[in-house]
Amino acid sequence: MSEDYTSMWEGLGLDLAGHDALLEVLGNGYQDIYLAQKDRPEGMGYFDFVMSEVHGLRIKELLDEKAAGRKVIGSFCVFVPEEIVQAADATLVGLCTGADFAMDEVEKLLPRNTCSLIKSAFGFKLGKVCPYLETSDMIVGENTCDGKKKSYETLSTLVPNLYVMDLPQVKSAEARALMKAEYLRFKGAVEDLTGITIDAARLKKGIEIVNNKRKAIYRLSNLRKADPAPISGLDALLANQIFFYDNPVRFTESVNKMCDELEKRIEKKEGVFPEKAPRILISGCPMAVPNWKLPWIIETSGAVIVGEESCVGERGTRNLTDDNWDTEEELMEAIVDRYFKVDCAIFTPNPDRLEHIEEMVKTCKADGVIHYGLQFCQPYLMESIPLEKALEEKNIPTLRIETDYSMEDVGQLKTRVEAFVEMIK
Amino acid sequence: MRYAGIDIGSRSIELVVVDDASEVVCSLQADTGFNPMAEAKKLINGVNYDRIIATGYGRNLFEISFEAPTVTEIKAHARGAWTLFPGSQTVLDIGGQDSKAITLFENGKVKKFEMNDRCAAGTGKFLEIMARTLGFKIEVFGTEALLAKNDLSISSMCTVFAESEVTSLIAKGQSRQEIAHGLHTSVIRRAAGMINRVSSEGDIVFTGGVAKNPCITTLLSEKLGRNVRIPDEPEFVGAFGAALLASEID
Repeated sequence: MSEDYTSMWEGLGLDLAGHDALLEVLGNGYQDIYLAQKDRPEGMGYFDFVMSEVHGLRIKELLDEKAAGRKVIGSFCVFVPEEIVQAADATLVGLCTGADFAMDEVEKLLPRNTCSLIKSAFGFKLGKVCPYLETSDMIVGENTCDGKKKSYETLSTLVPNLYVMDLPQVKSAEARALMKAEYLRFKGAVEDLTGITIDAARLKKGIEIVNNKRKAIYRLSNLRKADPAPISGLDALLANQIFFYDNPVRFTESVNKMCDELEKRIEKKEGVFPEKAPRILISGCPMAVPNWKLPWIIETSGAVIVGEESCVGERGTRNLTDDNWDTEEELMEAIVDRYFKVDCAIFTPNPDRLEHIEEMVKTCKADGVIHYGLQFCQPYLMESIPLEKALEEKNIPTLRIETDYSMEDVGQLKTRVEAFVEMIK
Repeated sequence: MRYAGIDIGSRSIELVVVDDASEVVCSLQADTGFNPMAEAKKLINGVNYDRIIATGYGRNLFEISFEAPTVTEIKAHARGAWTLFPGSQTVLDIGGQDSKAITLFENGKVKKFEMNDRCAAGTGKFLEIMARTLGFKIEVFGTEALLAKNDLSISSMCTVFAESEVTSLIAKGQSRQEIAHGLHTSVIRRAAGMINRVSSEGDIVFTGGVAKNPCITTLLSEKLGRNVRIPDEPEFVGAFGAALLASEID
């Protein structure tokens, strides 16, 4: 990190010793997993810098924004509409959920059989090591899976500013009406927080900022279709992860700039893996920073990841919000339309997801699918069994992995992934 | 030309060398011990070969130490079993700390597999620890279990819990053979479940050291109602498969 941020972290109430330990693990992991890769695009330099400053400069920027009167809203889910946050000149950040921390404390509040992601959110709060959480003026929880919605009842006793958004679980007209009502209520809450009245012009501006960010990511996804792949799956995942943290305008520019470089690579047939390397689509639970375990195992087994059917990936970024409307009412409808299409496994039934996976297998030219399920994540684990069956019926080799954030199963995972790569070669 | 396959498992290391006709010219075994690379080196120093492929959990270490290519145990066992029993489509491999059920395409390539995902429940290590708890040598554990007059149910699959369950059964005065039989049944329950997830009919080729246990093989055949075929030296199938794959490198 370029500067000493100790006093900033102290000011946020972080536990400095714990936070130092976290940053050390993160730094070492980044070195071994990311910087050890060969032939990375130069454009990744920007994302390396963002990661090196993820708890430093970026937090300082957010604090500067706050000093200038902007608000910061933290979220755990892609259902929280960033357009509305941007429309109120506020900043949306994804909160830390990708590593085990302070598990002894967490298990005093949550059952052991809770997924790693939820436990991690609590661990970062209880261990006082997430500067994003401590910077947030409002933390948005959402009623998605049972684990999350029940854990928010407990989280509300730990943070003073938790706002819980209800979400539908079926795709009916009534369910859409619920989502619309909840998005309007959220808009009201953001207006109350910021003191800004969100009108049509502001919504249009918010939609534009977020759509541009999505378009840049689509461009990146599209370039990954090339063989040889111009960028590793790990690096593309990192860009998708940073999507949740970075200043959206600067992020958009940086992704686009890297895409210019990748286009040149493709022209020259340059890649990070040899041509005809086995291509894998990852599908399933989100991978938050620094949860790089499975992609790292896959890409050190000779295969390249060419897409993520995940909240940190296409499920989260697919579909733009239609901004060809003029009134606030119409624009809010457009936002609801966009988010109501998200094919999260909390919906029942959820046939769109299978279609999307099949479509991505085709467009990404994937040789196989690795389904990533977090242990105890009922919605995704339940869906993974019929998905595997349906994909295999279409001769798409599929491997189901169920794991958590610990490293104890890396040896066996490596054998399974390597055997899968041998199979699809 | 001579082609070698070395299978570095958690419990033992096997080395097999084949000739151009895929005939085994040499097979050696050693305990893995605490320094698998030293043991592997001793094994390979004693034989002549032109090319070698490593498999087993120690394959990646071998790759770095000896600059040799590797394949997974899954591919190696599939390849070995398919050559020993041409046309076979289902392979069960139970080794020291892993178990795998594998199905094959007609050309011998792996179609699908299941593998235990983290603990040693239902593997060779489980049987070894249980044999010790009951005071049997591992070599006779299966034969002793077959002498049981009644079946006895053991519910724990976890090595730690099963051990305490066994201790309490001993304390109740249950016969050692019956407890042994119950333990074998519990291993089979797990193995059968794994096989059923990938394959529903046809013969099963059973490889890995645990296939030498007569009680396991009998129970497996009974439980699934399918013919179980066992190679002469089931613990060498992985190394044999790796040697065959070494002979196929372009």
